[in-house]
Amino acid sequence: MGFLSSQDVQALWLTLRLAGTVTVLLLVLGMPLAWWLAHTHSRWRRPVAAVVALPLVLPPTVLGFYLLMLLGPDGAIGRLIAAAGLSALPFTFRGLVVASMLYSLPFVVQPLQNAFEAVGQRPLDVAATLGAGPLDRFASIALPLAVPGVVTATVLGFAHTVGEFGVVLMIGGNIPGQTRVLSMRIYDHVQAGEYHQANVLSLCLLVVSFAALLAMSLLRPGRHARD
Amino acid sequence: MPVTESPRGLDARLAWRRGELALDVDLALPPRGSTALFGPSGAGKTSCLRAMAGLERAAAGRVSFGDTVWQDDSHRVFVPAHRRRLGYVFQEASLFSHRSVAGNLDYGFRRAGRPAHLRRDELIDQFGVRPLLQRRVGGLSGGERQRVAMVRALLADPQLLLFDEPLSALDALARSELLGCLERLHATLAVPMVYVSHSIDEVARLADHLVLMDAGHVVAQGSLQATLTRLDLPPPLAEAVGAVIEGTVVGYDAHDQLIELDFQGGRLWLPYRHEQVGQRLRCRIGARDVTLTGAPHPDSSALNDIRCRVVAMADADHPSQCLVQLDAAGCLLLARITRRSWHALALAPGREVWAQVKAVALGA
Repeated sequence: MGFLSSQDVQALWLTLRLAGTVTVLLLVLGMPLAWWLAHTHSRWRRPVAAVVALPLVLPPTVLGFYLLMLLGPDGAIGRLIAAAGLSALPFTFRGLVVASMLYSLPFVVQPLQNAFEAVGQRPLDVAATLGAGPLDRFASIALPLAVPGVVTATVLGFAHTVGEFGVVLMIGGNIPGQTRVLSMRIYDHVQAGEYHQANVLSLCLLVVSFAALLAMSLLRPGRHARD
Repeated sequence: MPVTESPRGLDARLAWRRGELALDVDLALPPRGSTALFGPSGAGKTSCLRAMAGLERAAAGRVSFGDTVWQDDSHRVFVPAHRRRLGYVFQEASLFSHRSVAGNLDYGFRRAGRPAHLRRDELIDQFGVRPLLQRRVGGLSGGERQRVAMVRALLADPQLLLFDEPLSALDALARSELLGCLERLHATLAVPMVYVSHSIDEVARLADHLVLMDAGHVVAQGSLQATLTRLDLPPPLAEAVGAVIEGTVVGYDAHDQLIELDFQGGRLWLPYRHEQVGQRLRCRIGARDVTLTGAPHPDSSALNDIRCRVVAMADADHPSQCLVQLDAAGCLLLARITRRSWHALALAPGREVWAQVKAVALGA
């Protein structure tokens, strides 16, 4: 990649690694949460759904600020982590992963929840009468029928993590190879007046985002295949 | 003291609320043959069936099947639906859209351990599903879907079959085709079957035992014959009352396109619908279709005269009318006539009368 500096490539690679890690973790953890939200009659459903949706409306800097407070050496969680003998999270890649997971949570959980709600109770009841237990019903009926929602969740979760800036700024700083992601690098280039480099990286993001959305619509089963 | 217990079928005592409807049912179904849950829409038939299957968690009480307790809330026993070995056919076929027809059929069959005693190929042919095996379910017609759903349920090796109005969403042709399939199934089936319906004709052809429901309660239960000829059924079920007779086809008049049915109470002519001489046939004689006369009338257009004795009379749902229970050589019939006729003919229990039935009113 002749037109990208090695620092740019490093930032690009870091961004993709971050987005990939966050998306995989969010799918694994978001799946049970989305399932619970889609099926529970608990009175906690609405409060929990609101908390999940919070990052949609909250400025990323606010989220990042509170995370910095909580995870920092004097924060409640930070002290727990220190007591457990682990290194502090702020200004590390792991810290970025944790923060990005919170930031991208609704983009993964909501499509999954919608998909599970669209599958409905009927196919699960049918499967139960045919002898399938709860986990079996999830794996053999709910998940395959919810594939469009899983695709949407994956693409949105990935793309949204690639594009984050405010949270990274607050909790990650700008450490090359550790926390300097693509959006930070673009900001640096603009600050330094290097508009050409900023443009190249921005184009990269644009292309990645477009490819992601295109892939999402291509991977969705056609609307005639479902009934 | 020796205890001789008759084998037990499904016993259910359950109470719950579903929206505006308060359900409270007490059912004892026989261990063999088919039971129809019949009643007007909104009577709670489907909820009742779901509760038997363990799909209605709000239903509290006790359910047992044979010697197995499926639910007993006083002892915190609840066997989930997937351990009850059911075959459940829903109102809409609810096939799995991500699987082919063969994949759908295989779903329960595989989970039941592919039992060798189930003749898979025979069932597939019996319901005419073989040409559909490789198809996707999206392209199937309503009747095809329901046939697949039935074979799928049967292949799960059920010990109890539950059918929730499986024909109600179908057009007339598909319905009569499937009804034929179900009649053959009913004749050969070893496990008990519960059939929810609001069509009295389906019930008359498929049920041995009848549970009448209205407004969330069981109004009456017993054998099909005895229950449908009761005089004390509530008004919403008034249209359903009438005898169901079963007999053998003994004659076919090709010229007039009629068949003759020999039953306990006599002989009846009815329209020919491709029956074979010698086959067993059920026929419903609605109470509205019976006219009473003091003597047989050879010059009447009604083809059938059945000699009966009046058993009892009761009020019908309209003050001008009454229901007359008749005994035709041990076979109960029901006639709905005006009170004016009752008095004009000087009818009374024990009187001999002739029940006239138009052949055109007969046949499924």
